[in-house]
Formats: sequence, C-alpha cells, structure tokens
Amino acid sequence: MSEFLRSYLTVVVFGAAGMALVAAMLGVGSLLRPKRPQPQKYINYESGVDPVGGAWAQTQIRYYVYALLFVMFDVEAVFIFPWAVRLEALGMFGLVEMMIFIAILALGLLYAWRKRVLKWA
Amino acid sequence: MTALPLLAIELAWWQATAIKVGAVLTVIPIGSLILVYVFLFKMMSHMQSRLGPMEAGPHGSLQVLAEAGKFLQKEDIFPARADRAVFAMAPVVVIVSTFILYAVIPAGPDLIVEDLDVGIFFALAVSSVSVIGILMAGWSSGSKYSLLGALRATGQLIAYELPLVLAVVGVVIQAGTLSLQGIVAAQAEGEIFGFGLIGNPFIFTQFVGFVIFLVAAQAELTQTPFDMPIAESELVAGYMTEYSGFRFLFFFIAEFGTAFALAGIASTLFLGGWYVPFLPDGLLANLAGPAVLGVKIMFVAFLIFWMRFTFPRFREDQLQALAWKFLIPLSLANIAVTAVLKVVM
Repeated sequence: MSEFLRSYLTVVVFGAAGMALVAAMLGVGSLLRPKRPQPQKYINYESGVDPVGGAWAQTQIRYYVYALLFVMFDVEAVFIFPWAVRLEALGMFGLVEMMIFIAILALGLLYAWRKRVLKWA
Repeated sequence: MTALPLLAIELAWWQATAIKVGAVLTVIPIGSLILVYVFLFKMMSHMQSRLGPMEAGPHGSLQVLAEAGKFLQKEDIFPARADRAVFAMAPVVVIVSTFILYAVIPAGPDLIVEDLDVGIFFALAVSSVSVIGILMAGWSSGSKYSLLGALRATGQLIAYELPLVLAVVGVVIQAGTLSLQGIVAAQAEGEIFGFGLIGNPFIFTQFVGFVIFLVAAQAELTQTPFDMPIAESELVAGYMTEYSGFRFLFFFIAEFGTAFALAGIASTLFLGGWYVPFLPDGLLANLAGPAVLGVKIMFVAFLIFWMRFTFPRFREDQLQALAWKFLIPLSLANIAVTAVLKVVM
C-alpha cells in the first residue's frame, strides 16, 4: 500500500475507534440507567405547557441567501489553498492572477451588499 | 514500517497506529474535562464572585467525575414525536467529527496520529461536519426550540466557517505548506528581523489572522457572545433541548473537545505549536512538546472563555453582519497583503 493511502487509512482507523468508543459508552450507559416508561415523559418540551402542533411545519429560513453566498465563497477557498501553498514558486504571475480573482469575489460581495442581500429581511 | 523513535524501537504500522489511537482517544475526554473544570466551573464562578462547585473533592475538583456519574444514571428519553434513528445518530455524528479533528494536531516531533499533507485543510473540513449533526438533532427532535436552535446554529456555523478558513490562508502563504508539522517547522526556522534563535511564531506577522481565527472559533463553538443557537433564556438549550443522559453528554463533550482542538490548532498555527527553542528533535522534544503545547492551549482557551464570560449575547442580524460585512472582507485583505509581501519582499 502506498504511503499516501496508508496515511488516510490511519485516519479511518482513528475515526472507527472513536465510533467504537462512543458505542461502548452508550452500551455501558444502557446497562446502568433505569427505564421506567411513562407517556408524559415523551411529550416534547414547550415551557411546561402541552405542545401546540408539531415542529415539522413550514419554517422561514431568513438567511437562505447567506447559504448561497457561503457556497460561492467556500468554493473560492478551495481555489485559494493550492495557490497559497505554491505562491513562492508561482511568483508575480500567480500573485496578479489571484489578486484579480479576489477582486472579482470582493465585487460579488459588494454587489450582494448593495442589493441588500446582507440585510435582515 | 512506521518508526517510533520515542522509544528507540521499530513498530509495525498497526502497532504504532493502535498506540496513537489509544493515546489520543484518552487525551480528548481528559482535555475537555480539564477545560470544563478550570474554566466553566472555576474561572466563570470566580469572575462572577462565587465559588462554584466545592463539595466533591478538594476545591470541587472531582465534580466533573460526579457529573459523568450523574449522566450515566439518567434515563435515555426519545420524544414520541422524534425521528428515532436520526435522533439517536445526531450526537454520534457531532462527537466523531470532534474526535477526527485530533488526528492531525501535532504535540511533538512524533506525537501525531497522522501528519497528512493537507493537514490544516483536513481539520477545517472535518470540523464543519458537526453542522450536519446539529441540523439532524434539531430536526429529528420534533420540538420547536430544537428546530429554531438548529437553524440558528446552521446559519451561524456557515457564516463563520469562511473567516475561519480564510484566516488560515495567511499562515499557509507564509509557511508554504498545509501540513501542521510543516507549519510548526516553518515557525521554528523563522527569523525575527534576522534574529533566528527562537523562531518566529506567526502571531507576529499574522496578528490580524490570529484575531479573526479566534473570533470565528468563538462563533464555531457557539460560545457567548455567539450563543444564540443554545441561548438558555430564549431557546432553553436549542438543538439539545430534547436530549437527556449520555446523548446530551456527547454534545457537551463535543463542545469542549472542539474548544480544546481549536485552541490546539490556533496554538500550532500562530503560537509556534509544540516547538521548544534549542531542543533537537528526539526524546526530549517529544516529552517537552506536549507540555509546551498544553500551556499554549490553556492560554488560547483562556482567551476564548474570558470572552464567553464577559460579553453579552449578539442579535442574530448583528452576528451575520459581523461575519459578512467585517470579518470576510478583512480576511480577504489580510490574504492580499500577506501575498504581496511574500512575493515582493
């Protein structure tokens, strides 16, 4: 197995061990904890009064536009990282290219700002 | 063959991995318990002119164990309206994403689970997986408080993910590598105005990045002043409202475990990590490294919790405005200035 794949195998093993630990803790817990079912225990909490309706209804997500912006900027971050690692080798050419890229992104943010997307609607 | 020069013996890959995994999985709960006791129980109490837990052990130091025992005995309650499978899985997703974060944090020349080439990028990617767990928890609980808390948490975590990621780019430009061991080495070899004996922690050149990283980490951890997702006075405990017993404890451990990990990443990126000046790589560095890193982690964690106990809560729109109108433009400017200085100078 190559060194590259092996290093990720270590991470997978680590994650699996973490899951095993969580499962073990839950297992120990289930042996120790009491279980005395009463219907009142399984009512959702709503400040002490009986809940009115369910929570799985339509909800206004005010910041869904932020989520769209986030996708744009997160993809940009993926572009910036390889450039940041190799900047010394890329030199002035890479610098100018990335400055143009960042300027366009900043313009996009400014456009969203002027369009009042960043305002609490 | 993975060498483990710590003990001057050659171990097979699986042996070395087993030792590392065991050691790190022990460090995580201990680290988060230390943070809970020192900062949440004691520092918070003394800053607010009260004693905090004092009964269990000397100065209440065994209180964390008492709490663990208490959670162990609590009934595991699934609300009748809950989506059982998702409800059960959500805390596991959150806590495992915290565990995996520790895989790339170095505590010494050999004390790291795996020094991935894309180390810091991996850490940032894994840390954001917890958003999915939080959204799962809020949606599956079938409670209004939980749903509101989870939606707030999601909006907040994605908004502050960007400053967190962009603040790191400045360090990456300076170090020229994504590996956390490489970043430690770059700081160890650095020079302050030609004086290179003690290295050059990136906090001197990336101070803006350090501040952005800390503010964003504060928001990622949903600590006050960014604690709207779990605001006790409005939402009880947000997405954790319906959880009890061990599953609630998992969210709690994950919160403090992530605080410990992000403090460790901040120490590694900006404060020089485990590196001790004048100490060559070897047994001594492996012994001194964790202690040095531990002190730096406690310092960064102190800053985080100091903010938490001092500031009042933001409003949701103020929170989004701070991220999008101030931190992101600032971190873009930081990247531009760092890049220009790197190429020109």
